[in-house]
Amino acid sequence: MNLKRFWTMLKARNREFFRDRSAFGWNFLFPFLIVAGFGVIFGGQSYTEYKIGIYPHPNSPVQIDQVKMPEAFRNMRLLEFIGFASEAEGLEKLKHHKIDFLLKTGEPPYEYYVSDESPKGYVLEHMFKASLVPPEIQLPAQKKEIKANAIRYIDWLFPGILAMNMMFSALWGVGYVVVRYRKNGVLKRLKVTPLTAFEYLSAQALSRIFLLMFTLTVVWTGCDLIFAFTVSGSYLNLFLVFFLGSLSLTALGLVLAARGTSEEFTTGILNFISWPMMFLSEVWFSLEGAPQWVKSAAQIFPLTHLLQAARKIMHDGAGLADISLELMVLTLMTLAFLTIGASLFSWNK
Amino acid sequence: MTALLEIRNLVKRYQDVVAVDDISFAIEPGICFGLLGPNGAGKTTTIEVIEDVIRPTAGEIFYKGRPRSGSFKDEVGIQFQSTSLLSLLTVRETLETFQNLYQKKTAIDDLVQLCHLAEFQNQYNDKISGGQRQRFLLALALINRPELLILDEPSTGLDPQARRNLWDLIQQIKKEGKTIILTTHYMEEAQYLCDEIAIMDGGKIIARGSPAGLIRNHSPEMTVILPKAHLKLEVDKLSLPVREADGRIELKTNDVNACLNTLMTHGIDLSDLVIRSPNLETVFLNLTGRKLRE
Repeated sequence: MNLKRFWTMLKARNREFFRDRSAFGWNFLFPFLIVAGFGVIFGGQSYTEYKIGIYPHPNSPVQIDQVKMPEAFRNMRLLEFIGFASEAEGLEKLKHHKIDFLLKTGEPPYEYYVSDESPKGYVLEHMFKASLVPPEIQLPAQKKEIKANAIRYIDWLFPGILAMNMMFSALWGVGYVVVRYRKNGVLKRLKVTPLTAFEYLSAQALSRIFLLMFTLTVVWTGCDLIFAFTVSGSYLNLFLVFFLGSLSLTALGLVLAARGTSEEFTTGILNFISWPMMFLSEVWFSLEGAPQWVKSAAQIFPLTHLLQAARKIMHDGAGLADISLELMVLTLMTLAFLTIGASLFSWNK
Repeated sequence: MTALLEIRNLVKRYQDVVAVDDISFAIEPGICFGLLGPNGAGKTTTIEVIEDVIRPTAGEIFYKGRPRSGSFKDEVGIQFQSTSLLSLLTVRETLETFQNLYQKKTAIDDLVQLCHLAEFQNQYNDKISGGQRQRFLLALALINRPELLILDEPSTGLDPQARRNLWDLIQQIKKEGKTIILTTHYMEEAQYLCDEIAIMDGGKIIARGSPAGLIRNHSPEMTVILPKAHLKLEVDKLSLPVREADGRIELKTNDVNACLNTLMTHGIDLSDLVIRSPNLETVFLNLTGRKLRE
C-alpha cells in the first residue's frame, strides 16, 4: 500500500463530493427534512390516526360538539371527523379506504358502515361499540403509567432516519459511483497507472466513511438543537456504533461496485438491497409480532444491527458490553464484504 | 540494439471474433512506431493488450527484453482514444492527482508550457474544447516522464488546425528521444510522424516498414492526371496504362519524364495537368483494394 497514492485518491474523491453542491446539500437536507417532518406530525396535537365520516352533514368543517353521536366516542383521541352531505358520498369514500368508518349522526339506534377489509375499521367498530357501554357497567380495569422516562416517537425514529440516510449514501456513493466510473472509462485510465485496486478501493471507502460521519455529526447537532434528543448512554459509544455501521455499509457498497458497467442494472440491484433493508431493519416500524422468518431475514442486514445497538445506547443506556453481539456482527459483516468486494473487483468488466 | 518493446505471436479472440491474429513486431528505442489501419483493424486491441488493460488470448510481450514487471506502468505514458477523468477537478488538479500516482514526475508548469495549457488550466477537466482536451490528455500521458509513450488515435475528432498543432507537439516530444507508439487511421498523420509503420487489417499486419519504404515497395507509380477534354486522340494510341474517371484521364507511371514526353509528342495540352505522388493511402489501396477510411 502506497500511502501517497491512497491519500491522493482520497483527496480527489472528497473534492468531488464537496464540489458537487447539490448532492452535498441534499445529504444534509434530506435527513433533516424527514426528522423535522415527523417531528411536526407526531409532536403536535393535531395528529390523528383514524378518519371517521359522518352524514348527513353540510360540506363545511365539522363542529364536533354540535353533532349528535355517543359522547364517549366524540371525546376519544386520535379521531378525525369528516362530514358528507349524503350516505352515498360517504360510502364511496369508505369503499376506497379514504375513510375508515362511516357513521350516521342522530339519536340511538345508531347506524354505521365499516369495511371488513380495513384493519382500522375493525378497531374503530370496537371502539365505537365500547363507547356505547355505560361507565357503570364496564368491568373494572386499573391503568398503570410507565414510571421511567417515556421514549418519544421522534427519539425512537431519529437514529433510524440517520442510519437509513447512511445506508443510501454508502451504497449509492460507493456502489453507483464506481460503476459509473467503470462505464465511462475512468477506472480504465487509473488501471494503467501504478495505482493498485486495494489503494483505490480503500480510498473510496475511507472517503465515504469520513463523509458519512461528517454528515452524521452535522445533522445530529442540527436536529438536537431543535428536538433535544435524549441519549441515556455514552455519545462516544454511539459514535463508535455509527462508525462501525458506516464501515459495514460502505463495504457492502464495495461489493456492489466490484463488477458491472450498467448503471441501470446497478440501480436495480441497489434498490433490491436497500428497500428490504430499510423496511426490515426497523427504521420506520418495529418487527415485534412479525413472523419469525421475517425477523430472521432482517438479521442479514447490517442496518438492523446498527440500529439495535444505537437504540440500546440511546434509550436504554447500554454500554459496550451490552452491545457486544451487534458490534461483533457488524465487524464480521465488514470483513466478509471487504473480502468479497476485493476478490470480485475488476477495473474494466 | 535491444528492442524497447517486442510483441511475439499476439492473439486476442472475443468468442468467435479474432480481433488480433498472431502478430509480431519489435520497436527500437527512440522511434515513433505507427499502427495504421482502418477502424476495426485491431490497432486499439493491440495497444490495450500492451498497456495491460486486457489480457491476450495468446502471445508474449517483452519490455526491455523481459516480460513486463510492476515498473512497466511507472515507465509508460498512455493517451486513450477516449476517456473520462475524475469529476470536478480542474485541469491542473487532475495533472497533480495523476502526478502523485507515479515515482518519476514531470513538473506541472513544464507540461503546461509544453502542451499550451495555461489559458484553461484552472477550468474543470470536462469543460474544455476538443483540441484543448487532446493536448491536456497528452500532458497527462507525459506526467511521469515516460520512456514509452502510447498514443491511441490522438487526433481523432480534431479540426485540421488543431490536428496540425497536435502533430507539432508530438514532433517536439519525439525530439526529446522518447519512444512513441501511435495508432491512427489518418495516413497523413502516420506519414508525417512515424519512422516505422505497421499496416493492420483484419487483425493482421499486412505490411511493415518506413513510410518511404512502404510506398517504394507497394505503390511505386506516380499518377499523372489531366482533363479528358485535353485529349484529342484515342487513349489506346498513347501506349500508356490509362484510366478514365469523372471526366479525367489518370496515367500510372514509374517514369514521369517519359510519360510527359509521350504526352507532348502527341500535342496534348498540359496546362491543367496534375502529378500525384503515391502515399500510404495508395499503399493500403494496393494491398487491400479498399480505402483506409471506407
